[in-house]
Parts: sequence; structure tokens; C-alpha cells
Amino acid sequence: MDLIRKMENVSVLGAAGKMGSGILVLLSFEMAKLKIGKKEDKDFVLNAVDVSQSALNSLLGYVKSQLVKHAEKNIVELRTWYEDREDLIDNDEIISQFVYDVMEMIQTSTRIETAYGSQLIFEAIKEDKALKIKLFSQIKKNNPDAWFLTNTSSIPIGEIEKEAGLNGDIIGYHFYNPPVIQKLLEIIKKDHTNDDLVAFSLNLAKSMRKIVVQSRDVAGFIGNGHFMRDALYALNLAEELAKTEGWAKAFFLIDTISRDLLIRPMGIFQLLDYVGIDVTRFILESMQPSFPNEKLSHATLNQLFDNEVKGGQFADGSQKNGIFKYQKGRITEVYDLENAKYIPTEDIEMDCAALLGELPTLKIYWKSVVRDVKKADHLKKFFTELHQIDSVGANLAIAYGKNSKAIGQMLIDTKVAESKADVNTVLETGFFHAYGPINDYF
Amino acid sequence: MLAGYNTISMGTGRNEFYPKKPRPGLEHYIQEAGQATLKMIGGAKNVDEGVIGNFMASRFNKQANLPAFLPMIDAGLKYKPSVSVEGACASGGLALTTGMKSILAETADVVLALGFEVQNSMKAMYGADVLAGAGWQKTRKEGHAYFFPGVFSDRAGAYYEKFGREITRKAMAKWYCNAIENARLCKTAQEFHNTNKDLEGIANTPVNPRGFVDHLNVFDCSKVSDGASAIAIVSDEGLKRIGLDAKDAVEIVGFAHVAADITQKPEVMTSLTTMKVAVEKAMRMAGITVDQLGTVEVHDCFSIAGIMAIEAIGLAEEGKGPEFVLAGHTSRCGKIPVNTTGGLIGWGHPTGATGVHQAVTIWEQLTGNAGEAQIEITKEKPYAMSVNMGGDDKSLVAVVYKRGE
Repeated sequence: MDLIRKMENVSVLGAAGKMGSGILVLLSFEMAKLKIGKKEDKDFVLNAVDVSQSALNSLLGYVKSQLVKHAEKNIVELRTWYEDREDLIDNDEIISQFVYDVMEMIQTSTRIETAYGSQLIFEAIKEDKALKIKLFSQIKKNNPDAWFLTNTSSIPIGEIEKEAGLNGDIIGYHFYNPPVIQKLLEIIKKDHTNDDLVAFSLNLAKSMRKIVVQSRDVAGFIGNGHFMRDALYALNLAEELAKTEGWAKAFFLIDTISRDLLIRPMGIFQLLDYVGIDVTRFILESMQPSFPNEKLSHATLNQLFDNEVKGGQFADGSQKNGIFKYQKGRITEVYDLENAKYIPTEDIEMDCAALLGELPTLKIYWKSVVRDVKKADHLKKFFTELHQIDSVGANLAIAYGKNSKAIGQMLIDTKVAESKADVNTVLETGFFHAYGPINDYF
Repeated sequence: MLAGYNTISMGTGRNEFYPKKPRPGLEHYIQEAGQATLKMIGGAKNVDEGVIGNFMASRFNKQANLPAFLPMIDAGLKYKPSVSVEGACASGGLALTTGMKSILAETADVVLALGFEVQNSMKAMYGADVLAGAGWQKTRKEGHAYFFPGVFSDRAGAYYEKFGREITRKAMAKWYCNAIENARLCKTAQEFHNTNKDLEGIANTPVNPRGFVDHLNVFDCSKVSDGASAIAIVSDEGLKRIGLDAKDAVEIVGFAHVAADITQKPEVMTSLTTMKVAVEKAMRMAGITVDQLGTVEVHDCFSIAGIMAIEAIGLAEEGKGPEFVLAGHTSRCGKIPVNTTGGLIGWGHPTGATGVHQAVTIWEQLTGNAGEAQIEITKEKPYAMSVNMGGDDKSLVAVVYKRGE
């Protein structure tokens, strides 16, 4: 099968969104490799399809800036691509030409009909199963050869496939945010997924230099399978603490523990703010039907949402107010759910430190340990000391680590993940954890 | 020559350098260096004329007509003769020889010589386009994305093949370590803030041909720098005019300025033949031998160029440069301390300023003004030399100095 033919006309649905724009950029790099690098004499088209024309307009600016960055980084190779162009001499000229050539392949559209001409459909619209099904079946009807690669992080692929009548022509292709930078790609296939599509997907991932983890088609897959349950656990802990300490301290304490005592890049509630309270609820809701015996929702999340505490990011990537308020990326205030108002963290820091009690004397930080070659030694020492301390902080942290480990183990037991290594890879690369949840520390 | 001054060499490595924040322009550097030298020589009234060395302000800063920046330094320089000279990275050296010639021609008794470059105005891969102007433009297309690192990477490759890769690489790493150790002693050096405990480790970073060049890593390269250096070139008459003692000055006992054809490939890939000619001429004029040199400032735009310079100067035979460096002879307590404030790799390489910076460093060393970086200058070896190179061994300036008496 001619894989290049498949790449000749590609559509990205939801291209102006956060994930869609990144996927579009990655695909533009891949098409550039074919058109400019390998000099394939074809008319490549990359359709950026989105409902919002104004978002599509600003998308082009983002794509251009990413293309410039990419070209600057790969200037050595780009010079070889353009070695026959005698008029292009300086790096500057080559980079400009590259950006021009790639932008020429990209066409924006607000009409789904545009995708009818595409062999490949990458989908990154919102997590709305019915909408996905509607669009896919519409495209499939008009183009029976189309392949679908969906970025859903929580909806079972099999359900979409069945209801949209895709007969094996769909695969889960779940990027992490931001797709251009994040190395991890979760691929979700079914037993009967088209072999050519599987082979194509894996080749493409390799060409994009992604780290692939295959996950079974269970709602949430590995990434959200762990993250959502980890978050629910944290919300339960906070709810319990809030009874005696109030919500502000409860949020702050659990966030601090999950960051500083579990050596993670950010605390669990900051992560919820980053992802968005609304998005988190959405993911949980889309996972719930697949787990009738598990409660995948939380009253606290609903209450936050009702109080308009939503988190998420502004278009420039800065953090919106959520459970916390931020200044230049630093937490400055925390939400008191009971009284529906923010409190400066400096007013409660001392009390919280006293509540945590004794902590390990060895201080290690995620930022310094994550790339340290002796990472395992440092972590071992730290967690060994943590186990020897009997304080509120240490006990909560250990319980937290054990729960995280149990979630990871459950994903293996229920065959969502094939191995311990896969679970750990997802958390380490997709969530930047310094160590995987399945470890000997807890 | 006296009253030398170097601004900070600004760029990566300095704690106060933030690539994304606005930075001072060329005016700031010219003014700072020029005014400092004027202050030491009794002000602008004592100056007869000025020479400004610069390589590519026309592209880095979109600025030409540089002679007219002289009166900006001090209103007292208004209506005095001013000229700018260019010879790629030897522009600073050319500023020196141009000034010296005015003194020798007796058309001036005090010349303010200044060199500058402000090149952090663009990212490295675009700066590489600009700096490629030091080579023949007709070879740019076939050249590497990082043109000059590419040129010297090819030289390094040839050198490895002829004289052995392992020992050469080791010597290049040692060259880097010496440079940083010296730079740590000089407050204006770009690597002054370097606190890395494992210099040898990073100096041996494997090469990455995909992202950079085949035979060099980034630590083999000089810095991308903003900076200026100034010094006064004076006759005996001029010295009297400014009222300073000969002991505060260095005497120019020899100099040479030679150029080779930019359209020609190097005669020998493993040696800097034009540099050799310049050095021999300057030493002949001074009437000294290499054994009488107490220190040298060499143009180590790349570590391999530094090693080849050691051979071109005659400190080691061809192919023996690496051994000489590895034996510690070029370190600050060695037989002949080289680049005592870090050279182009450690102190920095504001291209158009470098030739003047070398002279300032030697003036500081010979007159005991080098502060923490001071080395001992003995009676047996009272001479010093600077060697400034433009392009791939094309424009060369060598100067031999001795403390004034």
C-alpha cells in the first residue's frame, strides 16, 4: 500500500484547539519531509478544519511560529533539502522558504465537507461522543477509504467505531499536551483494527519521534485511567481534611503533599487547574458509563464548577484562576470552597506547615532530581526517611503513594496496560513524573 | 600603548544576560570603552584622531558610517579625524595597526583605538549567516549551516586524521578548561560566572553532526558576544602630552599585518600558514625569538585554531601542539601562559573588538594591572605577543609588546 498517497490529503478536525493545533503542526512537519525532503512530486494538502474562523486565523500565526522554531532547530538538515536551490544561500533565506512551502500546503476550513477529500482524518474536537460519531459517519459515507485517528483521551474507540460504522478504520491516537513537545503517544487499537492503519500509525509515530505506549480500549486508557482516579483520591482526602481545617488549608495541604513529598512536577490540584475543572468533569463523565461499579465523579468538582471555578488556560498559555490563583506561574491564593472566596496562601502557610509536622531532613526537589543520573538513589533515600517518620504529612504522603501504586496495578490487572513498564512510561513521559507509580518506594 | 579598557563581554554565560530582554546597543559599548580610556589619558582634548574596528555592524545592527560614532564618545572629539576599519574578526587588530601607522607617519601623537561588536541581536543560526561574511560569499552555499564552525570542523577533521584524533581531542578539552579557569579570574569575562565543577566532562561532550558540526562540540567554539575594548596608541611626544610615565605603557616593538587570498582554499588544512608569516614578520621586526615571549594572546575562535596557533607561533612543531597543551605549557602557570583572561572561548569574542581586547589584556599583564588574573612576567621573558585572525587564516595581525621604560 502506498502510504505516501495516504499523506497527500489530510484533515485535522478541531485544528484550532490546543491539541488540534499541535497535531496540525506535527503533521505539517511530516508532510514537509515528503514534499521538500523526499521531493515527492504530489500536491500535498493539509486541511485545518474548525468551527471557528477567528480561531483558525490565529492558528496560522501559531503554526508559522512553530515552523520557524522547527526550521531553526533543524537547519543542518534543511540546507540539504534545499541544496539544489541556488538562490537560497543564507540560513535565513532557507528558513523563510521552508515556512512558505509548508504554509502553502495548509488550508483552513469551517466546513466538514472539506474532510471528504482526505485519506486521513485526525480528530481533536471536544470529548463529545455523539458529535464524534456524527462527523465520522458523515465523512465515512462520503469517503469510504478514509482512516480515522482520534485524539480522545477517554471515550472507548470501539464504541465510536461501532456507532459510526467505521469497520476497523479507526485507531486511538492520543497525544499529550502540548503535542509538539510531549514525547508520549498512547495508541489504542482493537483486535480487528485495519492492519495497514496500525502499521501506518506506528510508522508515523516513529517518524514523529514519539514514545508509543499501546493501551487497551478501556475508557480513560492508561493516562487518564491513572490521573482521574489519582485526582478523585486527592479530592476525598481534601474533603476529609476540610471538615476540621477548612477547604483552603485542605486544598493547599494535599497539593503540597502531592508535589513536595511525592516529588512530582506540580501538585494534584494545580494539575486539575492546568487541565481545567470543566475538562476534568467532562473526562470523568465520558469514562463513567464504562465503569458502572465505580463512582467517577466528585461533589467537590461539581461545586467548584457551579461556583465558576474552572481553571484552564488563556490563549497565551498562562493559567486561569482555578482552585488556586497564580502570579507568574506561582500559587498565590487558594480557594475556600465553603466561603466561595480566595485566601492568600501566605496567611495559611505557617499553619499548614505545623499540621504537616515532621518531614524528611533530606530535601529533594522534582526539578533537580528528574534529570539526575543518580535519581533512583536520591528517591530511595528520601522515601526511606519518609517511611520512618510518623507525622500527618508523612503518613498522608505514604498513603497517597500507595494509592497511586494501586491504581497503576489495577490498570495492569484489568489489562488496560500490558505491563508495569507501560504504566510507568505514561506517567513519566506524559505527566513528567520523576518515577512511575509502580515502584518499590511505597 | 596604554590606558586599555574592556567592557564586559556580554552573552550566554553571564548571569545578567537574558536573551529575551532588551539589551544595550552598540552606542553603550562604544561609549563605555571610549570614555574609560579617555579618562585615563586626560580627556578628549589630548586625542588627535580615532580608529574604530568593527566587523558586521552593518548586518548585526544595520549600522554603517561608524567613524561618526567617535564624537558620540565625547563632545571633545567632534571634528577630529575618525576612520573605521574592517577585516572580519581581525578588525580590532587592524584598528591597532591603523593607529600605529598614524603614529609612525607622525600625523598623530595620540590615537584612540576602539573595537566593538554587538552580535546578540540575532539568534545563532542567523548570526552564522552574518559571520560567514568572513569567508568567501561564493562558498556560502556549499558551506555548513554554521559556516565557520563548519570550516574549522573540517580543519579539525584533517588534523585528527594526520596527527591522531584521541590526543587532539584531549588537548582541545584541555584548551577549554584552561580558558574557563582563566576567565574565572577576570570580572569582564563572559565565562566569569562559570561554576561548573566538571569542565573536562563537558569539554568532552560528544559531537552532534545532526544538530551541529562533525568534529567540534559547542565548547570548542568561541562565544557569541557583545562588547567593546579601547586603548590609546601614543608617540613619545603623546606620552608627554598626557603626562603619564612610560612604565604605565607598553612599547610596540614589532608588528605585522598580512592578508591572504580569500577566494583560495587553505594551502595546508592542518596549519595556519598566513598566521605563521605574520608572526615571523612581527618577531623579526622586534628582533626577538619565541623563547623571549612571556605570554601570548592567540585567536582561539575554536579550540583547534588555538592549538594550530601554538604551532604557527613556533611554540611547538607541526603536529606537536596537542602534546604541548596537554603538558600544561599553555596554562597560566605553564611555560608560556596563553590567553590569560580566557581568550575567545573564555573571555568572549565580540568579533570586531577582539584584536583590541588582546592588546588590552597584554597591556594589563605587562604593566601589572591584571588584578586576579595577573601572571608573573620575568626579566628573561619580558615580551608578549597578540595574534588576531580574520576569517580562515586570511587577515592577520601580530603585535609584539614590551613594558615601557
